[in-house]
Amino acid sequence: MAENVQKTAPSSREMLGYYLNKSYQDAIEGKARGELVCWASSIAPCEFCETMGIHMLYPENHAAAIAAKHGAEEMIEHAESMGYSVDNCSYARINLAYMDIQKCVAENMPLPDFVLVCNNICETLIKWYENIAYQLKVPIIMIDVPYNYEYEPSEWAIDYIAAQFEHAIEQMEEITGKKFDYNKYREVMQIAAESSYWWTKAMGMAAAKPSPLNGFDIFNYMALIVCMRGKTGCRDTFKKLAEELEEKIQKGEPAFKEGEKYRIMWDGIACWPYLSHNYKAMRALGMNMTGSTYPRGWKLDYDKDDIRSMARAYTSVGNNLSLEAQIDLKTEVVRTYNCQGVTYHLNRSCKCMDFLFHEMQTEVARRTDTPYITFDGDQSDPRNFSKAQFETRVQGLAEMMEQRKS
Amino acid sequence: MSKMQSILEKLAINPVQAVEDYKKKTGKGAVGCIAPYTPEEIIHAAGMLPIGLWGGQVELNKVRAVLPAFACSIMQSIKELELSGSYDILTAVLCPSSCDTLKAIGQKWTRKDVPMIQFVHPHNRKLPAARTFLAKEYQHVRERLENVIGEPIPDEAIVQSIQVYNEHRAVMREFARAAGAHPDLIDPKTRHLVFKSAFFMRKEEHTALVRELTALLDEAPVKPWDGPKIILSGIMAEPDSILDVMKELHIAVVADDLAQESRQNRVDVPEDGTVMERLAEQWQNMYGCSLAYEHEKTRVPMLVDMVKKNQADAVVVAMMKFCDPEEFDYPMIKQTMEKENIPLLQVEIDQQMQSVEQFRTRMQSFVEMLRHE
Ligand code: SF4
Ligand code: SF4
Repeated sequence: MAENVQKTAPSSREMLGYYLNKSYQDAIEGKARGELVCWASSIAPCEFCETMGIHMLYPENHAAAIAAKHGAEEMIEHAESMGYSVDNCSYARINLAYMDIQKCVAENMPLPDFVLVCNNICETLIKWYENIAYQLKVPIIMIDVPYNYEYEPSEWAIDYIAAQFEHAIEQMEEITGKKFDYNKYREVMQIAAESSYWWTKAMGMAAAKPSPLNGFDIFNYMALIVCMRGKTGCRDTFKKLAEELEEKIQKGEPAFKEGEKYRIMWDGIACWPYLSHNYKAMRALGMNMTGSTYPRGWKLDYDKDDIRSMARAYTSVGNNLSLEAQIDLKTEVVRTYNCQGVTYHLNRSCKCMDFLFHEMQTEVARRTDTPYITFDGDQSDPRNFSKAQFETRVQGLAEMMEQRKS
Repeated sequence: MSKMQSILEKLAINPVQAVEDYKKKTGKGAVGCIAPYTPEEIIHAAGMLPIGLWGGQVELNKVRAVLPAFACSIMQSIKELELSGSYDILTAVLCPSSCDTLKAIGQKWTRKDVPMIQFVHPHNRKLPAARTFLAKEYQHVRERLENVIGEPIPDEAIVQSIQVYNEHRAVMREFARAAGAHPDLIDPKTRHLVFKSAFFMRKEEHTALVRELTALLDEAPVKPWDGPKIILSGIMAEPDSILDVMKELHIAVVADDLAQESRQNRVDVPEDGTVMERLAEQWQNMYGCSLAYEHEKTRVPMLVDMVKKNQADAVVVAMMKFCDPEEFDYPMIKQTMEKENIPLLQVEIDQQMQSVEQFRTRMQSFVEMLRHE
């Protein structure tokens, strides 16, 4: 999907591959040396573990990689033989099966010495990680961020989250037998902030018209912001990406050489087993995904000297927002990225995203005056997706957008 | 047993009628409490009638357009009832946010005249900070309710309500014990009715009736039971028709771990602390429930103990279809039951279930299997 950049310095694409591979390799080698490995949820506060020099791995990312490499089905079947329901999140099913058989088509992930979970994306994670901790008998560090049923988080929720950060540090000192190094912590926070900054900046360039960024690349680059936010490699990659995109904007080089006919927002996770199908089907119609909620997903701005500010950042994440705040967020994405239509992925795995679709779709469409479609899919269970339905729906969206143009 | 019959008749309540009667009698309203756990004591202290909202067998029409088909049937029913105006007789509705579905249900509420009071139970339950958080969260519930009714709910009233509720819990635990010993007198559906009626009555009245019922049971001679004895676990065991099938098959429910039944009465509100802290601490002390986070999963050994203590023959998991929290617990239950050689059956619960034939077939072959054990 990406074009080759001159071979003088590594391109952001090459850096992405290198660092992702490195994060798995480092963990495998570290584990062999007796170093600690932690499995964490995708928007958990990695800052503490990074400070402690713990290897971090991300089951959601790992499950996505397995699905993208077409290895999901056998894992899912194994999970079902363990007693998991076909209706549970397929990331969880893949990971819990992996935990049992420890083999897959993607990189292997050493088993964790402890886990870190933050439910700012869903409650399902709580049950999933509860099961990992129970089965492997490993400690669990939980950052429970209460759902923001009102527009802003309550002060007492912030207090509760901040107290859990402090408790997490104590737990980590106990697990590692080492004192928490506050100087190192500041450095890590700085790197994480810079990574977030460059991630948001690079992704934000899709707002340019035409967009220099092939939207589906967001799904690929995302792996790095998930897995390595606290490391310089992540920051450097997104800085590089931002430079590359800036250059394209200067040169007037669009992501689609044939020109972008439509700009759309994609709501939800990718369908990993069908990523290239989805991409081709949309590109054939001249549709570029310029808008998504991912740029904002890791925009974790906080004051490094204020633990409550950090608590506020971690609780104010997409799925943890009230319906009203999510509608505002999506409206803003459609407007900022000049999207002419929206595709909603009714993801069979993800109840927290799907169950608000009706209200969200109606209201975002009303506020932005853009058409939308919904397609049935699943981020990693290949059995829940129909190519024909997807093609018909995006075709339908193209027609609706065309009508509005004229 | 006419005395027992007359008590059971009093417990067979029509919820709508109950709300209307209560309003007429007291001039105060009723507040809906969406399953599973809400601080009902606060509502009770306001002199209102807390009504448990656990869905029901309704035809799903309006909800189809607003909620995907893979949401649990209890929330499908609740949403359908909301959209068709059935809850408009209520003064307000409380909704916990224990799972992804409940979070959405609270947010999707549309009845402008029936305010939605959503709140969150913390998962990191054992931390002192969780108690502080939940106490403030309950205080926030209280304040919003006070706003709706336009008068304060005093501490002393809540303290009294806590006492009423603790007493009710104790009486219900006693009933569960007595009913388990007398499956000849209390069949599965009747047992369920006794638990469910608590959601439509002021608890002091329910306590009085159930206490009387339990005393009658305790007086009756214990007769040997030759059918299978089971423990029911899950969110709920509805529709009633499945309980009729159990009766038909001569199955005794000797104890339960259902959210709608015994989990409601598992732990009392403790004595120490401010009123709100006491209510919050009850959640910290909760155990053995898929919605109360515990990486030790005490539910699993608890079920094994329940089997032993009640000399049950099997565990039947009444699996609410599309309920993530329950579905994630099942593999662990399965693993342990296999290890302990305890027969286990998982049956799917769908409140809208039209025919019980599939259920009957599964139950029947399970009972056959138990006979040959
Ligand atoms: S896909 Fe949805 S349910 Fe699964 S872990 Fe992600 S947010 Fe949670
Ligand atoms: S999914 Fe389960 S816990 Fe959640 S509302 Fe439905 S039955 Fe209740």
